[in-house]
Amino acid sequence: MRLLRMKPGHGEVLLAEGDVGVREEEERLVTAFREQLAAGMWAAVPTTARGGRREAQLVRRFDDVPRDAERVIFFPPAAGGR
Amino acid sequence: MALALGATAICILVLLWEVVLPKLEERLERRKACRARVPVQPGEGYDPGRERRAEQRARTLLRSCVNDEEWAMYRDLGFLRVWGGMGDGPERDRGTQGAPYAYLIYPHKPIVAYVPQTRRLLSEYCVEFPDETRPYGSARLPDSDDVLAKWMALTGDERRIIETANLHLPGRQVDPRQVRRDLWRLGRWEQERLRGPGRPSGSVPTP
Repeated sequence: MRLLRMKPGHGEVLLAEGDVGVREEEERLVTAFREQLAAGMWAAVPTTARGGRREAQLVRRFDDVPRDAERVIFFPPAAGGR
Repeated sequence: MALALGATAICILVLLWEVVLPKLEERLERRKACRARVPVQPGEGYDPGRERRAEQRARTLLRSCVNDEEWAMYRDLGFLRVWGGMGDGPERDRGTQGAPYAYLIYPHKPIVAYVPQTRRLLSEYCVEFPDETRPYGSARLPDSDDVLAKWMALTGDERRIIETANLHLPGRQVDPRQVRRDLWRLGRWEQERLRGPGRPSGSVPTP
């Protein structure tokens, strides 16, 4: 699983990468995940639904991330624009 | 008579001076500010090369998240269409009477909701994803990251993003003529794809 974060002037940045089946690596992923949420980021897991339809699942806890997810993308929280 | 006129003229001059002086001062200050050197932190200035590379990365990420049809739509037309999933449309007081509705996602512009059947424009949803850490001096995501953030938010939790956005009538920021032109282009584009040799894998037909 890879944790990516969108960044102005850069594109996405790799925050952490690891195998959720390996305890130490999972802990590292959980720590990085919590840091991003504490910073106010939104987290989404791109998924493929039945019929091939692509969509995203917004997650608020690491437990909500499907174990087989390849990546979690963090992006700044939405704000009402002008 | 001459004395009265003279006194009046002096009064007018004094009053005019009071009105004009602040404006003159403000203009002078602005001129000074424009001429002043603004210190730029290393790595914070606008770098077109860096922005181009960022956009390239963002496009690659977007392409890996959406399906082939959506990617081709964005590449060819410059916007994405996402179908709405709420029963009676995105607005509680102005429903779509069950008609399917969709959103057009433009980079760094409001999301536009519309009814494809009639091409009626419903509303504009002004939403931004500002990164206040401003890693390179700007809070603005690359165009394709902005589109992807909107796409993820809409497909992941439509109600949340709609309730977060500022709702406006159509035409406030995105010219309705442009939207109608884009809808016409989208229709043509879809017809051409349907006529084309074989649909690419992963594409999803319009509901």
